[in-house]
Amino acid sequence: MVDSSYCRLPVLGLTPFNPHNGQARFFALRLPRPPGTAWESWRPGQFVMLRPDSFGLELPWGRPLCICHVTDCCLTCFFQVRGRGTRRMAHLRPGDMVGLWGPLGNGFAKEEDAPVLLLAGGMGIAPFVGYVNTHPKPWNVSMLFGHREPLESYPVNNINEFVPLDCFWEREPGDLRLFLQALEERMSENARFGGLALACGPLPFLQAVRELGLKLQARVQLSLESVMACGVGACLGCVTPAGQAWPEPGKRGRPVQVCRRGPVFWVDQVEL
Amino acid sequence: MNLAVVLRGQTHDLALKNPVLTASGTFGYGLEYAPYGELKSLGGFVVKGISLTPRDGNPCPRVLETASGMLNSIGLQNDGAEDFCTRKLPLLPWRETAVIANMYACSVEEFARLAGRLDGEEGLAALEVNVSCPNVEQGGALFGQDARLAAAVTSAVRKAAPSKHIMVKLSPNVADIALIAKSVEEAGADSISCINTLLGMALDLRARRPALANVVGGLSGPAIKPVALRCVWQVARAVRIPVVGVGGIVTAVDALEFILAGASAVQVGTGNFMRPDCAFRLVERLPEACAEYGVASLDELRASLCCPTC
Ligand SMILES: Cc1cc2nc3c(=O)[nH]c(=O)nc-3n(C[C@H](O)[C@H](O)[C@H](O)COP(=O)(O)OP(=O)(O)OC[C@H]3O[C@@H](n4cnc5c(N)ncnc54)[C@H](O)[C@@H]3O)c2cc1C
Ligand SMILES: Cc1cc2nc3c(=O)[nH]c(=O)nc-3n(C[C@H](O)[C@H](O)[C@H](O)COP(=O)(O)O)c2cc1C
Ligand code: FES
Repeated sequence: MVDSSYCRLPVLGLTPFNPHNGQARFFALRLPRPPGTAWESWRPGQFVMLRPDSFGLELPWGRPLCICHVTDCCLTCFFQVRGRGTRRMAHLRPGDMVGLWGPLGNGFAKEEDAPVLLLAGGMGIAPFVGYVNTHPKPWNVSMLFGHREPLESYPVNNINEFVPLDCFWEREPGDLRLFLQALEERMSENARFGGLALACGPLPFLQAVRELGLKLQARVQLSLESVMACGVGACLGCVTPAGQAWPEPGKRGRPVQVCRRGPVFWVDQVEL
Repeated sequence: MNLAVVLRGQTHDLALKNPVLTASGTFGYGLEYAPYGELKSLGGFVVKGISLTPRDGNPCPRVLETASGMLNSIGLQNDGAEDFCTRKLPLLPWRETAVIANMYACSVEEFARLAGRLDGEEGLAALEVNVSCPNVEQGGALFGQDARLAAAVTSAVRKAAPSKHIMVKLSPNVADIALIAKSVEEAGADSISCINTLLGMALDLRARRPALANVVGGLSGPAIKPVALRCVWQVARAVRIPVVGVGGIVTAVDALEFILAGASAVQVGTGNFMRPDCAFRLVERLPEACAEYGVASLDELRASLCCPTC
C-alpha cells in the first residue's frame, strides 16, 4: 500500500486575527499534524492543498495554503478571506472535516550563514512564518513588510519574536513609493553582502522585486501565487514561462508548473 | 466480485482489471498521482494529450473554477510524441496496468503520422483519439463535429496503428452524437469514449473581460454529469462497440450509473482534483456500491436499464 499523501483531518480550531475590527477576514487554521514521513522534512515555502468537506460538489478544487507551523501534534496555516472558498473556510468549526494533500512544491533556499532579507506583501507574509521559526540562525534574517490592512490582521507576532521587522502600511498611493524606496535600499545593501532575498506577495510587488533583483544581479527567490486545480503538476493550469537561466535549456521560455517546479523560483529562472 | 472487463473491439480487445480509468489531461502522466494510491490498482490511465511536435498551449489564465465544475483552455501543452515515447513511457507501470495514449493532431495526415509513431510502443495498451480538435486544413472546424471528418481520422489512425486498440473520444458539442458514433464505428473504431468537455465561457464583470485568456474553454466536473450520461446512453444504443463513460464521475455510485446507461468502463477526470485519491478510492468502493445496489455483475447491470423509451 502507498502511504498516501492525502488525508482527511478534523479542524482543531479557527482563530480570527482581528475580531474587533468588524467582520474578521484573517484566520489561523489549526489542524492535527498530518500522518506520513514527508512531514519530517517539509520546507518553508511549501504548501498544502486544502479542501473542506463543506465545499461539497459545488467547489471542486482545493485551495493552496502555505505551511506555516508544524509541531509534533499540529499544522497551522494562515488565510485571508478572498472569494467563495475562503469565505466558506471562515465558517469552519472544530471537528469539521477537511481533505488535505501535501507538502507540495519546492520551498525556499535556506542558507544558515548568509544574510537573508525577507520581502513580503500582504498575505505573502504566510510562508515566512515557518521560515523564521525554523531558521537555525535567525539573527541573520530581517524582513520588510508592506501591507494594506491594519498590522493586527497579519501573523506578525510569529515573526518579530525572532527577526527585526520593518512594516509599511499602504493607505494612500504615496505610501507605496516609500515602500519601493526602502525595498531598493535594503535589496542593494543585502546584495552587497552577498545575501539572499526571498519575496512573496501580489504579482506587481513580485515584478518590482524581480526587476530590482535582475538589475542588482542579486540572489533573489520569488514565491508565486497562481490559480491551481490539482496542485501536483498534472493539470497544467498553473504554469508560468521558464526564464533564461532555467536548468533545462529546452524548456527556457516554455511553460512550467508553478505547483511542482515552484512555487519558489530564482528570479532569472522565471518570467512574470 | 469479479470487476475485470474486456472492451471487445472490432480489431483488438482491450482487457482491463477493472472498469476504472482516469481521463486525459486530469492525471498528468500517472506518476504525479503515485503518492496517492497504487497506479496498478486502476483499470488503467489515459495520459495527457500528445501531439507530434511539442506545444506550449494557451496563455494563462487557462483554468477557472465554476459552479460544480471548471473551465479549461490548456490548449494541449505537451512535449511531443518523441519525448513521450523515449522519456516518459519507459517510467510508467505499463506491465501492471493499461496505459492509454491520448492523441491530438490538426490534420488527418498528422493523426496518421502520430498513430504510426505510437503503434510500435509496447507500453501502450490503446490509443485514444481526441477528435475535439480543429482541422486546420478545413477552416478550423472540429473533426468531432463532422461525421465524415471523424470517420476519416478514425480510419487513418486505424490503418497507421494496426496493432493497437483504437478508442475514439467524442465531443458533446454536436447536434447528434449517435450519428458521429456510428460513423466512427463504421470507420473501424474499437471503442468510443464520451464525453470530452462542453464548450463554455466565463466573464469578469468588474474588468468587463473574459475570465479565460482564450475567451472560451471546456466545461468539466459534476456539472456536466447529466449531459455525459445522456450522451453515453444515446451512443450505447447506437453502436455495438463498447462505450467508455466520462464526465463528472466522482464516486462509485456515479460509475455504476454510467454502466447502467450502457458504458463498459468509465474515466475519472475533474474528480482527481477534488481529492487526488479519487480514482483509487472509486476502485476500492466499487464492490461495496455493487452490494448496496444489488448489482450481481457489471454485465448484468449494463443490460438492465428500465425506461419507457429503451
Ligand atoms: C502556493 C500558494 C500558497 C498560498 N498560500 C496562502 C496562504 O498561506 N494564505 C492565504 O491567505 N493565501 C494563500 N494563497 C492564496 C490562496 O490560495 C487564495 O487566496 C485562495 O485560493 C482564494 O480562494 P477563494 O476561493 O477565496 O477565491 P476565489 O477567487 O473564489 O477562487 C476561485 C479559484 O481561484 C483561485 N485563486 C483565487 N485567488 C488566488 C490567488 N491569489 N492565488 C492562487 N489562487 C487563487 C482559488 O484557489 C480558486 O481555485 C496561496 C496561493 C498559492 C498558489
Ligand atoms: C485540465 C483538463 C485537461 C484536459 N485535457 C484533455 C486532453 O488533453 N485530451 C482529451 O481528450 N481530453 C482532455 N480533457 C477532457 C477530460 O479528459 C474529460 O473528457 C472531461 O474533463 C470530462 O470529464 P470530467 O467531468 O470527469 O472531468 C481535459 C480536461 C481537463 C479538466
Ligand atoms: S495546479 Fe495542476 S499543474 Fe499545477
